[in-house]
Amino acid sequence: MTNHWNDYQHSDVIMAIGGNTAENHPISMKWIGRARGRKGAKLICVDPRYNRTAAVADLYVPIRPGTNIAYLGGLINYILQNERYHKEYVEHYTNASFLVNENFSFDENTGLFTGAEPDPVRNATKYSMQDWQYQTDAQGNIRKDPALTDPNCSFQLLKKHYSRYTIDNVSRITGTPIDVLEQSYSLYSSTGQAGKAGNILYAMGITQFTHGAQNVRAVAIVQLLLGNMGIAGGGVNAQRGQSNVQGATDMAMLYHIIPGYNPCPQQGAHPTLADYLARTTPQKNWWSNRPKYIVSLLKAFYGANATAANGFGYQWLPKLDGLDHSHIPAYKYMRDGEVEGLICVADNPLVGGSSSRAKLGYQKNLKWLVSIDVVENETASFWKGPGMNPAEIDTEVFILPAAFSYEREGEKANSGRWIQWMWKAQEPPGNAKADLWIVNEMFKKLQTLYQAEGGTVPEQITMMSWDYDGPDGQIDIVKVCREINGYRVNDGSLVTNFVGLQDDGSTACGNWLYSGYYNNLESPATKKRIRETEGLGFHKDWSFAWPLNRRIVYNRASCDLQGKPWNPDAPVIWWDAAQGRWVGNDVPDIPGAWSFEYSTENPFIMLPEGVGRLFSIGYQGIGGLLDGPFPTHYEPADSPVPNLLYPQATYNPVSQRFYEDHTVETDEERQRYPHIATSYRLVEHYQSGSVTRNQPWLVEMMPEMFAEISEEHAEELGVKNGDMLIIESKRLYKDGEQGHIRARACVTRRIQPLMIDGVRRHVVGMPFHWGFMGMSTGDSANDLTPSVGDPNTTIPEYKAFLCNVRRA
Amino acid sequence: MDMTRRDFFKLTGATAAAAALTAVGVRKVAASTGEPLRIKYSKEYHTICTYCGVGCGIICHVQDGIIVNAEGDPDHPISEGTLCSKGSSIFNATYIYDEKGRPRLNPARLTNVLYRAPRSDRYEVRDWDWALTEIAKRIKDTRDRTLVQTVDVGGRTVTVNRTNAINWLGSAWCTGEENYLFHKMCRAMGVINLDHCARL
Repeated sequence: MTNHWNDYQHSDVIMAIGGNTAENHPISMKWIGRARGRKGAKLICVDPRYNRTAAVADLYVPIRPGTNIAYLGGLINYILQNERYHKEYVEHYTNASFLVNENFSFDENTGLFTGAEPDPVRNATKYSMQDWQYQTDAQGNIRKDPALTDPNCSFQLLKKHYSRYTIDNVSRITGTPIDVLEQSYSLYSSTGQAGKAGNILYAMGITQFTHGAQNVRAVAIVQLLLGNMGIAGGGVNAQRGQSNVQGATDMAMLYHIIPGYNPCPQQGAHPTLADYLARTTPQKNWWSNRPKYIVSLLKAFYGANATAANGFGYQWLPKLDGLDHSHIPAYKYMRDGEVEGLICVADNPLVGGSSSRAKLGYQKNLKWLVSIDVVENETASFWKGPGMNPAEIDTEVFILPAAFSYEREGEKANSGRWIQWMWKAQEPPGNAKADLWIVNEMFKKLQTLYQAEGGTVPEQITMMSWDYDGPDGQIDIVKVCREINGYRVNDGSLVTNFVGLQDDGSTACGNWLYSGYYNNLESPATKKRIRETEGLGFHKDWSFAWPLNRRIVYNRASCDLQGKPWNPDAPVIWWDAAQGRWVGNDVPDIPGAWSFEYSTENPFIMLPEGVGRLFSIGYQGIGGLLDGPFPTHYEPADSPVPNLLYPQATYNPVSQRFYEDHTVETDEERQRYPHIATSYRLVEHYQSGSVTRNQPWLVEMMPEMFAEISEEHAEELGVKNGDMLIIESKRLYKDGEQGHIRARACVTRRIQPLMIDGVRRHVVGMPFHWGFMGMSTGDSANDLTPSVGDPNTTIPEYKAFLCNVRRA
Repeated sequence: MDMTRRDFFKLTGATAAAAALTAVGVRKVAASTGEPLRIKYSKEYHTICTYCGVGCGIICHVQDGIIVNAEGDPDHPISEGTLCSKGSSIFNATYIYDEKGRPRLNPARLTNVLYRAPRSDRYEVRDWDWALTEIAKRIKDTRDRTLVQTVDVGGRTVTVNRTNAINWLGSAWCTGEENYLFHKMCRAMGVINLDHCARL
């Protein structure tokens, strides 16, 4: 989130799209409710189902799964055609005026941007991005047209790109009635004026698509056009589904990054530390500090073994091979016999992963598997799963019993980036241990083994600095916190925040973004529990928000060019001319050394060009998406209809497709799987359900796997509420045999058939919480979902796929 | 507060409202009947709900080292004492009540290290030291055979020190400190197949 939960109270219009906040983040409704109660805010819910958020919304917008870019593109077009945008903001705080290379274009027949070429490695399309550039003058400065009329400026290109996204066209694609589209566009775009705040909140119904990253980009463009970034009550607000999915991402539990959103080194571009820093450090703005963060990270990793002479140990960091190593391909490598071992910490991909039944078989290729969890889950006990014969499975399985959340201490970062401390209330039962204890002991054993016996490049393990034991020989969490926060190498003193980090090896810091969260031992910021008694709900003395305890990022954009808040009723920061500095209710997102003028020209400090991107490209090595500068409507990989906007296009041509014959491609298959399916969560259960399906209170409330279908659909199928259904997808079709899952029919008016380009289509909704283990068992919706991914993130397309449904 | 509890129920829909009722209900009973005994001699510990990304506050009441009650933290600025049905049930993750209303350990909770040998149809209970020693050996065996030390990139020898033979998954359920150490351990092993629920 760019903003935070309590900040919702300042919104005038809230759009919940691709996320059922009343069900999955119920307490968010407290703050949405406060905005409605206090200032008459309106809530719009855009979702394929009339869900619990829709039930309390002012306006419900039905939409076909997988067509968010059509919907949001229509909103962008509406804003531009009706001049609903915030003119001063767009002109000065975005790249609207930037001129783009004249060779850049978009082909409305093929749906491709300039530079498309075959990618034989992935059997897909890729882009040569050489024409996706700003025009520059002889000095290298970006050329601009402040009047926004040049046909090659970002603003005019944006207008042209979305001119096809008329309300009529959008309605044909999304199935949304025309009058509802108009109402929602009119209501949401009413926030495009100074003093009004529009808030877009979303979850996996935006991200889990083959065009998921572009969905988020479309949200960002809307928010930039309406001047909703940086202000109270605005923002692009990703509502996280797990208590520390934000924090685990910050700590880079992802193959492509190292802590603090720094890229993982690549063998081609980054053979040495000097190459890495040269290629990833822009000349201007915040990321020009990257060398300080990287060298401090290497000092945290390798301690005294990291010296200027050995590139601070850079050669011990693994280098990527240019291929994808996320969840979907990692399981494919397992299928192909390359992966021997799996360490799975509180994760359960055999329920939560895409095409989960296929993965069950792939795990037979493992030599060993370590599962660290509070309960026995499907992934650990795959050898007990349906169709498995234990006598034929050679995998050794180690299950390490872990502590529940209140049985350990440490911090978790919520969606609003608040790093909140959890105090330990009791010991874990029996021989269960906290994960921090487990990882410490596990690595000490490994390090000792390599010290004793040597091995292949033992230094990679033995040179890693690992000294976290307290006087009792047990893990001391303060030592870990200290290393993440950062300290001076010469005397061990804690740095106040990341401004104190250096690139010469004199400081060590495990994650620059967290620097300041544990900046003193007596009363660390993350443990603060002082509520604000008056003010705007920023709660600056409650925990610590990254970065620098800033509660709203890019908050320079909350003020006009003179430094006065656009909205005097909810001022975030402002320029104090008498003092000659920025002051306010939040920590200004402006480096102290910047002049007033420079801050006005660079409100988006993380970008080298300093302004928000309507047209988005990688500039000085920062940002940019692989599938185009503008979000473009492509169908999901499994789709019942052609691409109505671009006749020769279908699904995202750059998307990640790992399995041949995995998605619906032919008309015969479209007839075999005629219905549109989507998956979702329930408030009573959590993710793969391994924890909540073992709790009697929750199981009593939500006991069984079900599928929601419309009354019309039920009548066609001859099915009554409560009957058993059989649901099939292409993923369960093998060698002429069709597999299926079973689910109880929930016949409901919450799901309505949609008219897609004049044809009535049925939608099927399924929760994904069930598996074959635990107190409540049931079939997994993810047996049906395709393992295709977004080109930028490789997130699987869980939220839109095709299925067939029949009576059991 | 500008909004009454009734408004909150209207806005949040039935389930969330029922959940809020659970949380508030406990306090109400505590005020009017003999119930306070359950938490009267207990110590309070503050924790954060382990489920979604809102980050609601929970108070655990602990007596003799055992949690006897868990409920919404009224001082918490986001949740202000309220919790959803999962958060309200968090006690149930570790304790269930027997027929006489006494708490006992939820039988689903793992309390021992378990090991399944190749081709076996059951788990055996083992101790920590054995398991950690054996796991270290498995990691070392796999890593030592599969680590790619250098590759040729356009005629230049590049040190890469990676293995494609070990996958690490997780975890959004764990703390920042835990994840930081997981990341360090992964990169020390040369692991590049690394992912968690942000992408799942």
